[in-house]
Amino acid sequence: MLAVFRDLLRYNIEFAIGIVLVGLVVIFACLSFFSPVDPSLIYMTIPDQPPSAQYWFGTNSRGQDLFWQLSAAFRNSLMFGLTVAILSRIISIAVGLASGYIGGWVDRVLMFINDIFVAVPIFPVLVLFYFVLRNNLDSFTLALIMACFGWPFDARLIRSVALGLKHREFTRHAVFAGMSTRKVLLEEHLPYVMPIIFSTFMNNMLWSIGLEVTLAVLGFTNINNPTIGTVLYWANSHSAMVVGTWWWIVIPVILIVMTFLGLFLLAISMNEYIDPRSRLRRMGA
Amino acid sequence: MTQDILKVEDLKAYYQMNYFGIEREVRAVDDITMTVRKNEVYGIAGESSSGKTSFIKVLAAAIRPPFRVINGSVKYDFNGKPIDITTASEAEIEAIRWKHLSYIMQGSMSVLNPVRRIGRTFEDFAARPLGLSGRAFRERVVTHLAKLKLSPNVLNAYPHELSGGMRQRVTIGLATVCHPEFIIADEPTTALDVVVQKEVLQLIRDIQKEMGAAVIFVTHDMSVHANVADRVGIIYAGRLVEEGPTREMFFAPKHPYTAHLVASLPRIGDTSQRPALEGRPPSLADPPQGCRFHPRCPLAVDKCRREVPPLETIGKDHRTACWRWQDVKPLDHVHRANGQEAIA
Amino acid sequence: MQGYFWFVGKRALQLLAVVFFGISATFFVTHLSPIDPVEQVLGRMTARANFAPEAIVAMRQALTEMYGTNEPLLSQYINFWLRLMRGDLGPSLLAFPTPAMALVMRALPWTLGLLITSTIITFVIGNLFGGLAGYAQDNKFFKAFGIVAMGLQPIPYYIVAFILLIIFGFLWPVLPISGGFAMNVTPGWNWTFVGSVLTHSILPALSLVLVGFGGWFIGMRALVSNVVTEDYVTYAELAGVERKTIVGGYVMRNALVPQFTALAMTLGGVFSGTVITEQVFNYPGMGSLLIDAVNAGDYSLVLAVSTVSVSAVALAIFIVDLLHPLLDPRVRAE
Repeated sequence: MLAVFRDLLRYNIEFAIGIVLVGLVVIFACLSFFSPVDPSLIYMTIPDQPPSAQYWFGTNSRGQDLFWQLSAAFRNSLMFGLTVAILSRIISIAVGLASGYIGGWVDRVLMFINDIFVAVPIFPVLVLFYFVLRNNLDSFTLALIMACFGWPFDARLIRSVALGLKHREFTRHAVFAGMSTRKVLLEEHLPYVMPIIFSTFMNNMLWSIGLEVTLAVLGFTNINNPTIGTVLYWANSHSAMVVGTWWWIVIPVILIVMTFLGLFLLAISMNEYIDPRSRLRRMGA
Repeated sequence: MTQDILKVEDLKAYYQMNYFGIEREVRAVDDITMTVRKNEVYGIAGESSSGKTSFIKVLAAAIRPPFRVINGSVKYDFNGKPIDITTASEAEIEAIRWKHLSYIMQGSMSVLNPVRRIGRTFEDFAARPLGLSGRAFRERVVTHLAKLKLSPNVLNAYPHELSGGMRQRVTIGLATVCHPEFIIADEPTTALDVVVQKEVLQLIRDIQKEMGAAVIFVTHDMSVHANVADRVGIIYAGRLVEEGPTREMFFAPKHPYTAHLVASLPRIGDTSQRPALEGRPPSLADPPQGCRFHPRCPLAVDKCRREVPPLETIGKDHRTACWRWQDVKPLDHVHRANGQEAIA
Repeated sequence: MQGYFWFVGKRALQLLAVVFFGISATFFVTHLSPIDPVEQVLGRMTARANFAPEAIVAMRQALTEMYGTNEPLLSQYINFWLRLMRGDLGPSLLAFPTPAMALVMRALPWTLGLLITSTIITFVIGNLFGGLAGYAQDNKFFKAFGIVAMGLQPIPYYIVAFILLIIFGFLWPVLPISGGFAMNVTPGWNWTFVGSVLTHSILPALSLVLVGFGGWFIGMRALVSNVVTEDYVTYAELAGVERKTIVGGYVMRNALVPQFTALAMTLGGVFSGTVITEQVFNYPGMGSLLIDAVNAGDYSLVLAVSTVSVSAVALAIFIVDLLHPLLDPRVRAE
């Protein structure tokens, strides 16, 4: 595993850039654990200060030091993305492996449900949940709802791999040796789908953080909880671009683009590593 | 006097790869010299990953990186129009494709474009080299298909609507409709069941006789060679190890590997144990020193481990690359009958 | 031909299932929540204006009747479907007393127009360039194109729309950044109006295209670089088939089949993107309507927008699926 990591770092420029970008953002987010200020409090500093030696990222119109505000926001958003990714991975692994390995009507039923979830436009649904729950819609509930919608694509992917594994020799050995279905799936097949899980993990984080940003910007989440989206929400509601506090918008946007590019590059470079055909192409080049 | 249509000299073609900083060189074709005459069927035999597929890739001018020709020449002579594949320009090669040099590919399942009707594929492949279009072209194709016992209806079909045997006949039709002088047939019968296999072989032989084309016929199945080939060349680990008239190859092989291949042919009613070769074919990335067959050879001596045996001529049309060819005996007593049956 | 009917039947069943489950979910989410819609609506209404206590009582009664909250859940559910069949989800609060459905129908063409145009542009550009990039892997232009595509693809719709807004709203104001058409033109089939609609749609559409094409580009490039290794491509090359026939009829044509399947699967996501883009650019479509409805606490309108958008997306997916066999003869035979 470590050797793979080192090879990727050395020979795959996308992976290296991705690691650097994500690494910077993660370190920045981790600084919030040492934050001298409580990010939920307002009017703690002089408002509307441009970036300076004292306030690296400036301060916003609500009197918050943007450096610590953003640090907390990125921590919350990354945690949110991780939660959704982990939860939805669990569902997609369970559905994908079961569907691919058991097959028959189990497969048909699961894939039918899968297709329904694919066809439902998630954004109106999330808005609906906000509409009903209003401020009871905390981050974890939102993560839970998103996880319920974030699995079908990846479940299909895992299913196709599981279908291939089912007919392999070692599966038959395991079955003849009297392994239970659960055991075959967890001990024999799971290791094979792990690489896919890693790369879809990144993609899923991208998706969920992006949706959270969107919802928050519209004010459809708990706006008092600092996240990437709520920072932008407050910037918009104070018309930051119009009144000239550009750093309130520009700095978060730069950080967001860094996060997304980084995660995306990690996902595709891993994808390439997984797919032996693209590896062959690379060997040819 | 028979004329040579293809002359391969000292051909070396390697796969050169560089992945994650590790250089790898696979010597798929290593120093092959051979000729193919007009109007003959030349069989090429060898195990999978012996380099035979790579060899015919060069012959078919399908050389793509990381596969490269390192050394040697591949000269065709199409009615006094000589061309060397290894030096010719892309345009020169395009000009001979299908008109003079055509190809029957392995795996009839996947060689036809699944979303195109057969008729369209014929147009794509043959309209330009034939210089025909519209009705004249269609008539030509229909007449040709009739020779292959295919109805004109197949032109309106998609590949998945045809049976495996029909698809293979279609690909043979595609390869022969322009009456090329040289046809490379790569395992054309491998994926077919025995009855269809026989039919397809007959077809290739008939078409070849009728058009007077030269055919290189590649298969690992020695019994197929016994059926179609005039001469057979055996490739082992990227090298031509023996070459001779089919009959001689079966009755008096002069390379221990050939002897083994012939002896392992199944024979009706024979239940005796067949001697299996020990070990695996060598990796072409790291072939053994000396004769590449020595680790598996029952006759190997010290010299075989040190020196590469040259391909020497030991009889009319018969060449072998073995230090101990004089000691090679047909492997078992059933062998004679076996050969006879296959030839018959 | 019979195979095709089976195919259509199966897809139609799926369409019905999606619509049924989607709309049912909409109903249950709204009705199983601890919040009483009647109280909420009343709360919102009374917060905005002063009403006499008697009026509030009367309104409460009317609303309770309309939402049927005093009946058991099952009969509410059946009632909901019956009302939906008639296309009547009650009056909208936002534009009282206009029926919610009427508002939705007014907004629907805007969203459909935006969605369909941008999806087609995105699909064509992404696949064409991606396909060429996959075939000519060493081409410098396509490599650069690929980097741009990859850079834009992961960025959320909102951020891209927002960046466009900043560029064309503040830095270089050449394009209209708000609304569906200029205030001073009257809707009608004349050039001024159509032109105004087109110029107003450029930025919303552009933001959808910018985010969307990267996915198709990357997908198609990967597909094509796999298809070029297929035997039928190698064989056509060995036969000296014309280069443009190989690229178009063999490589791209085959790579397009899975992309077309993927098209159906992305429509839901693109719809979400449209909602956001509309909000950013104040576009008078379903997205803006939904957001206004949520902000106004307009129960009927939220339900109407949700049910119509779920059905519309499902229908769009169905249509794309029906076209699939035209592209792939193997599906026809199944």
